[in-house]
Amino acid sequence: MRRRHNHPDVVPNHFHRQHTHTQTPSCPVSPLISSRFYTTTMPAPDKEIDLTERIEAFLSDLKRGGSGTGPLRGSAEMARETTALLRRIAAQARWSNAGDLMEIIRTEGRRMTAAQPSETTVGNMIRRVLKIIREEYARSRGSSEETDQQESLHKLLTSGGLSEENFRQHFAALKANVIEAINELLTELEGTTDNIKMQALEHIHSNEVIMTIGRSRTVEAFLKDAARKRKFHVIVAECAPFCQGHKMATSLSEAGIETTVITDAAIFAVMSRVNKVIIGTQTVLANGGLRAVNGTHTLALAAKHHSTPLIVCAPMFKLSPQFPNEEDTFHKFVSPHEVLPFTEGEILSKVNVHCPVFDYVPPELITLFISNIGGHAPSYIYRLMSELYHPEDHEL
Amino acid sequence: DGLCNTDDIERSKTEGKELTKEEKQRLRKEKKQQKKNKEKNDEKTSHEGEKKKNKKKKEEQPAGSASQPPAQPSPKVPAPAPPPPAAAAVPVPASEAPAPADKPAKSKADLKAERRARQEAERASKGKKGDVGQPAPTGKLKAPPSELQPVVKRLPEHVQVDNPEVVKKLAKKLERQQIPLRSDYGYKVSLFSHLHQYSRKAPLTQQLGIPSTVIHPAIVRLGLQYSQGIVAGSNARSVALLHAFQQVIRDYTTPPNEELSRDLVNKLKPYISFLNQCRPLSASMGNAIKYIKKEISNIPSQCKEEEAKIKLLNCIERYINEKIVLAAKAIAKYSIEKISDGDVILVYGCSSLVNHILCEAFEKKRKFRVIVVDSRPRLEGREALRRLVQKGISCTYVLISAVSYILPEVSKVFLGAHALLANGYVMSRVGTSQIALVAKAFNVPVLVCCETYKFCERVQTDSFVSNELDDPDDLIVTRKGKTQLEHWQKVPSLGLLNLVYDVTPPDFVDLVITDLGMIPCTSVPVVLRVKNVDQ
Repeated sequence: MRRRHNHPDVVPNHFHRQHTHTQTPSCPVSPLISSRFYTTTMPAPDKEIDLTERIEAFLSDLKRGGSGTGPLRGSAEMARETTALLRRIAAQARWSNAGDLMEIIRTEGRRMTAAQPSETTVGNMIRRVLKIIREEYARSRGSSEETDQQESLHKLLTSGGLSEENFRQHFAALKANVIEAINELLTELEGTTDNIKMQALEHIHSNEVIMTIGRSRTVEAFLKDAARKRKFHVIVAECAPFCQGHKMATSLSEAGIETTVITDAAIFAVMSRVNKVIIGTQTVLANGGLRAVNGTHTLALAAKHHSTPLIVCAPMFKLSPQFPNEEDTFHKFVSPHEVLPFTEGEILSKVNVHCPVFDYVPPELITLFISNIGGHAPSYIYRLMSELYHPEDHEL
Repeated sequence: DGLCNTDDIERSKTEGKELTKEEKQRLRKEKKQQKKNKEKNDEKTSHEGEKKKNKKKKEEQPAGSASQPPAQPSPKVPAPAPPPPAAAAVPVPASEAPAPADKPAKSKADLKAERRARQEAERASKGKKGDVGQPAPTGKLKAPPSELQPVVKRLPEHVQVDNPEVVKKLAKKLERQQIPLRSDYGYKVSLFSHLHQYSRKAPLTQQLGIPSTVIHPAIVRLGLQYSQGIVAGSNARSVALLHAFQQVIRDYTTPPNEELSRDLVNKLKPYISFLNQCRPLSASMGNAIKYIKKEISNIPSQCKEEEAKIKLLNCIERYINEKIVLAAKAIAKYSIEKISDGDVILVYGCSSLVNHILCEAFEKKRKFRVIVVDSRPRLEGREALRRLVQKGISCTYVLISAVSYILPEVSKVFLGAHALLANGYVMSRVGTSQIALVAKAFNVPVLVCCETYKFCERVQTDSFVSNELDDPDDLIVTRKGKTQLEHWQKVPSLGLLNLVYDVTPPDFVDLVITDLGMIPCTSVPVVLRVKNVDQ
């Protein structure tokens, strides 16, 4: 049994002397331990502790670094781990009705997104699971999904504004249904890359010159799949300062694809010879724009100037209901040492150095989204979002 | 040939300066008529032949026959019944347009008949394209030869690497001049197979003996500085070149029975080849060399050696002073009007001129701050950063991939140029066009600062046809102990591309500040013409 001294908000039951008074206001206490729901019988400590530990481990992993710069995980892995953890919560936590479960997940979700705000896949998965719970609840109640989900004007007017649902009814089969639905979600997540790969031959013909930037596992799989049948040339922009494009280029050339590495500065210079630009992204925003690795906006502008189509390969779990308006939360910065190393000497104290990680690409510059459910125009993204997430979950 | 002349004149109404060139071509053609009888038919279809002939004339004109050939064929092909003059309009692929000058003829009548037959056939198949070329009866007269000097453009060797004959010719020429030939390095991206790609680790000087008897040591040192990147930047390279030439002139003695004006020019030729091998000459260097050669050949023959040398040294000194130093002062004076208090100015890389402007503006007590944008692998921005910080200007530093993050803060963009081309395009360090593109998207004004001696008569529309490829190993970087591209040579389908220059279209540039004033990008050919008339 490990002591956890570094997390003042979660204290294992055995060592608990004072309930709830030691909470710091900024860190919400995990409802699993000291919530008011468990006043009568003490739950089996092992399962609870185990679950808490797992959550804490996940949170510290998130804090240490999101995908890319920390322990290297792709977004797909992150999504899978989040969903697996949520399934575990649904299975092992104590809840009696859908409302409780949603409350638990929402609270845990807030902590997770606070740990690493730039990792939006975590938040997306939480919202997906919340939607699953709503659906399962509605199905158990017997009402059809259509009328439940649609917020028609008629309903809004006649219901008097407040939603009648408080999800407090207890259904015995709800737990099993929810877990089964989450399993389905997991299966879907596992198949996303394959689904995207299968569409490669529809979009790439032979003797094309394709341009990409940085490293995206989705695009890598996409191009390798097309290379099995077609011969084409790929130009990779290296994407300083992390130079992930180098790894992408070596990986592609080992698969036999003709690859050229160029510097970021040469993107516009070579764009006139490029037939298509295919990129991956970190997040797809609610307006159809992208939050992608820095340098992508320049690439998109250059492609627009030469009327080259810009194709984004992004699985559905990257779709996030955020808008790009909040300037202070949009950008993420890393150490300026990457840009101007400490070896430069004393001018470091006299200059400002910026090293942003992400770029915003407006939807007007994007031609096509390729996701695991097919291809869409950027103007269709809002519709997909309404199918994936419930509007009340947009703010966790 | 009266008929031919009227035809010429008529055609010149539609294509002004072609006329005098055609006349010249015709004369040359008649001269060579006796020499070559056989090759005419082959040359009509082969592209190489035309270049070979052009190489034989040892003219110093820099690049680009691109502008002339396209202008010629289309009006000529649908020429009506009057037989076109023998020199003009061989109605075959555009690139051969200068070639007719060198064609030997069978007799002129045969040629005309042949051509007429071919044109009838083509007209029958093409149909109604003919009226375009009908010379309009406007009053456009034949232009006076002094204003529209025909430029016989010869494609420089350094953009014809994929042509084995040209490469062989160059090798022979270098052998004659006793200069080692530099070999290409590494896998070249197929789009750039017409350019050289050298490695910095194999400088040309390794193949020279010490002391080199053929090449002056100042030139050897200069060549090494160029190839290793110690002297970089167009102004710095030109100034270094001129100083080296001054040294050469100081150490020069006229051999007996030789004239200084001719012998010195011949002495300089192998030096120029050597420097070209070390690193392809820039447009500014080309203009400087042209100037020096002109000055040398204008030395009267009765001038004594000492006087001549002093005169030449003064000429060079004056050139540097006027074209570079004073020009910088004039440009700074104009630019300061464009810098207002509270400005946030973005600069890219290290341009000596732009740095000078900013330092001057800071001394004149303007309040502004600077954002320096840099790019791999050269990282020249750090040098600019050091100079500006030393002056006390507050600076920010980012890489070029972050430029769309930082651009909303920027009020103006100042860019330097390597050369300004005659069609208004700006040739500069790779990445400049990208910055101009993003600045245009954010509606930030882009100002280019360039001295007039960098104006170039070449034309170019993309960054591929004429560029420089740097050492591809520069792209390799070690991060966190891992070097991804270390063994790139072993992987057959992997190539690294390290471009040096790119061209910015004139619609991205709002203003060009030169020592003659502030002009739009499209006025460059006007300046060139005025300069030529002056000289």
